Amino acid sequence: MYQLKFDQKVCASCRSADCLLKCQYMTFSGHKEAHGEMMKIMKGKDSRVLSECMTCYACEEYCTRGNHPFYLISEKREEKGMFTAPRPITNQWINMTVMQGKCLVGNVKDKALSCCYIPDLGPLGSGEIFKDVADAGVFGAEFMCPAVHTHFARMSVIKERLPIVIDNYRKLGVKEVICLHDECYGTLTSIASAYGMEVPFQPVYYLDYVLQRMKELKDKIKPLNITVAYQRSCSNRLIPDKHALVKKIFTLIGVKAPKRTYQDENALCCAEILRSISGYKLADDVQKRNIDDMLAAGAEYCVFNCPACQTSLAEKVSKRGLKPLHIIDLCKMAIGEKEREAAS
Amino acid sequence: MSDILQSLIDIVGERSVSNAPEELWFYSRDPGVLAPHKPDYVVAPKTTEEVQKIVQLANREKVPVVPMGNGMSLAGLVIPLKGGIVLDMKRMNKILEVNAMARYVVVEGGTSQGALKSYLQKNHPTLRHSIPDAPATTTIAANVSLHGQGRLTNQYGFNSDMVTGLEVVLPTGEICLIGSPSIGPYWISKGPTLPDLSGLFLGWLGCTGIITKVGLKLYPNKKIRDAELFVTDRVDLIPHILYKLTHLEMLEDINVWFQPKPLMFLGNYHITIFFTGDTEEEIEFKRKMVWDCLQEYMDSKDGGFMSMQYMKPMLLEMPGRNIADFADVPKGGGFEYSGPIAPIEHFPQYAAKVVELAAKYNVLYASTARLISGGHSMMYSISFAFNRNDKAMMERVEQALTEATAFALDMGGIPWKPNFKEQQMTLAKMEPNARKLLLMIKKNLDPQGIMNPGNWEVNS
Ligand SMILES: Cc1cc2nc3c(=O)[nH]c(=O)nc-3n(C[C@H](O)[C@H](O)[C@H](O)COP(=O)(O)OP(=O)(O)OC[C@H]3O[C@@H](n4cnc5c(N)ncnc54)[C@H](O)[C@@H]3O)c2cc1C
Ligand code: SF4
Ligand code: SF4
Repeated sequence: MYQLKFDQKVCASCRSADCLLKCQYMTFSGHKEAHGEMMKIMKGKDSRVLSECMTCYACEEYCTRGNHPFYLISEKREEKGMFTAPRPITNQWINMTVMQGKCLVGNVKDKALSCCYIPDLGPLGSGEIFKDVADAGVFGAEFMCPAVHTHFARMSVIKERLPIVIDNYRKLGVKEVICLHDECYGTLTSIASAYGMEVPFQPVYYLDYVLQRMKELKDKIKPLNITVAYQRSCSNRLIPDKHALVKKIFTLIGVKAPKRTYQDENALCCAEILRSISGYKLADDVQKRNIDDMLAAGAEYCVFNCPACQTSLAEKVSKRGLKPLHIIDLCKMAIGEKEREAAS
Repeated sequence: MSDILQSLIDIVGERSVSNAPEELWFYSRDPGVLAPHKPDYVVAPKTTEEVQKIVQLANREKVPVVPMGNGMSLAGLVIPLKGGIVLDMKRMNKILEVNAMARYVVVEGGTSQGALKSYLQKNHPTLRHSIPDAPATTTIAANVSLHGQGRLTNQYGFNSDMVTGLEVVLPTGEICLIGSPSIGPYWISKGPTLPDLSGLFLGWLGCTGIITKVGLKLYPNKKIRDAELFVTDRVDLIPHILYKLTHLEMLEDINVWFQPKPLMFLGNYHITIFFTGDTEEEIEFKRKMVWDCLQEYMDSKDGGFMSMQYMKPMLLEMPGRNIADFADVPKGGGFEYSGPIAPIEHFPQYAAKVVELAAKYNVLYASTARLISGGHSMMYSISFAFNRNDKAMMERVEQALTEATAFALDMGGIPWKPNFKEQQMTLAKMEPNARKLLLMIKKNLDPQGIMNPGNWEVNS
């Protein structure tokens, strides 16, 4: 069984304890307390973090010393038989994502376009931007990143399934897998490496691919001249180095994303998982603060990276006058492939 | 040509009678597991007077008459067990009156649920009726004849409780008004404050007369409908959860269901909680009440709310189509359910029985319970899917359903829309004087025994 690579010495000597001090859902009196809690977790002792962590993934970004605090928290929770969300919800996710041999595989050669197990990704991976890879789509539980189970502190499911997923890709004989789901890329890079899993192909982050294509399609771009708020996804915390791509794409297509209170490191998640874990009060509060902030920044559009965030927030932002749109659709709008007002 | 055929043609015209083999084949069966039996004639009357004449003829000739709506009860209730005339009511489909202020509608005896729904949507958007999850082509009169339940049953009782008056052709041919319309022009009460004669027809499965008009209560149609889906893996908690939810006294409908497929549903019990509102604020207020009332189960990790954005359109459909989809899981498109009415405290025992029966008879199960009158009781559906092309599987389903009814009777439940065999099991369990009373009523109303014979047949 794979073991989490977690350098205890690095933590022991950490002077920041930013992982917990920056946490948006818990407060600590200072370094001493936060660091102390991290030490307890590491040693397998009880810590309030184990019952209070909302699984927002952000501490994976806050720790800049190469450790994996969130994976550790999840490991320890599972070891102690703890559940984050209610047990039936946890098990439902496990059952829902079982591989049953019902996957779809397109005309895959060197490259595969991964649609994870999210139907919405298929239509996104189309058109001029994806013209070279659109028919190489793969979809299904067999190709799904199992990272979602970290929310439920079921790392055992990830350790069991991720090697199979990686192997499923390997069997396709691909050199590159373009991940349309942010979390897939995070899983094949951050999680796989944290557990020492070898990935025998090159995972490609879709925004890298999109940026490159948009540069190639530069002549077709008509600057959009719109103001947007970007909804960062939880999984983006696993790959913070990729966050800058969003700004680059916005600049290229003439999109303004004014400064917000909740952006970059301080971004608020879509909060749907908070609803599952703790109920509506916290989730409603986070979503309200987030949308208020988008409006205060003067945004007309709410731009998503992850279709799951889009599902949970689309109706809510629409009701408050913002147009919900995936970043790929935004790019399609810029090259005239998608109607401006057809945002949905 | 037989005299009867000619007489029927004289009553309804040639186009509305048939004894052609292909028609008789069609009218000899329903979508459930019971064996077909051919009628001799199929007749589709257009007016109450035509119904009356047909019944008078049947009386004279001692020919059975089986009223039929859409034939979707699944329990063989319109299979003409003793042949005779199947009276297809679907041409009597007029919506006769809507009294918006008094919130009732009067429809003819073959009007479908779908027709009324779309009529109200178009002409009275603030009004609605209690729509069952049966196909939209099923009829309102049939539904009250079998004490059906619909979307508003949790709030207002069985759909038959919502009747506000009837016009009936008795088995001896008299046309009879029941309830307030027997006194004056308003269809406001099926019985009270008079002796309630509607009980002579409601729940009788067409054995005591043919309903040619039904008055039905209408209810406010709020602008927004919404739903939440709560899941738990602890069946023992279900009655308590239902008790808490019904205490809120503000929910449109509550359904509890579980099924082994698809896998995402395995191992959990699902409670769909429907609520309505005229404003976003009302909806949010109700949603919060629902969440607050079940917070303790979230805290104990025993239950939680499913995020179901993508399932919502399907859950909010009226009628719901997912039940019919289940029929095709084993391919071959068949399903039938036994639906006893039982106290909600028995949910765990019923749930265990479904699983036990499915394993014993090697059939696929799904189970849905609908709450009645704020938790006063529930309709507990024990459903099995089957392949129509697999006789052995259909036999196993029939045995499983019979055993389910025996179990329900042992538990003190009442079978809902029982087939003729289950009716006999029920009668055998019934207190003798109650059975005698049924017999007296049936004999007096239908001295020739022509109405849907084989059903509610009390022998002594
Ligand atoms: C997918 C599915 C879902 C269902 N869900 C529900 C549900 O949610 N709630 C529910 O209540 N039922 C449900 N049912 C069962 C059934 O379809 C309904 O009860 C429906 O209302 C039956 O109507 P029908 O017109 O098909 O009746 P039929 O099967 O034609 O008749 C039923 C009974 O009524 C008698 N009858 C018919 N018309 C008259 C009349 N005019 N006068 C006197 N007697 C008459 C018949 O002789 C028979 O005994 C469901 C069925 C299916 C297939
Ligand atoms: S996880 Fe990272 S930030 Fe947290 S204490 Fe350890 S080294 Fe420091
Ligand atoms: S995952 Fe989020 S909530 Fe949990 S400890 Fe890390 S930052 Fe805090």
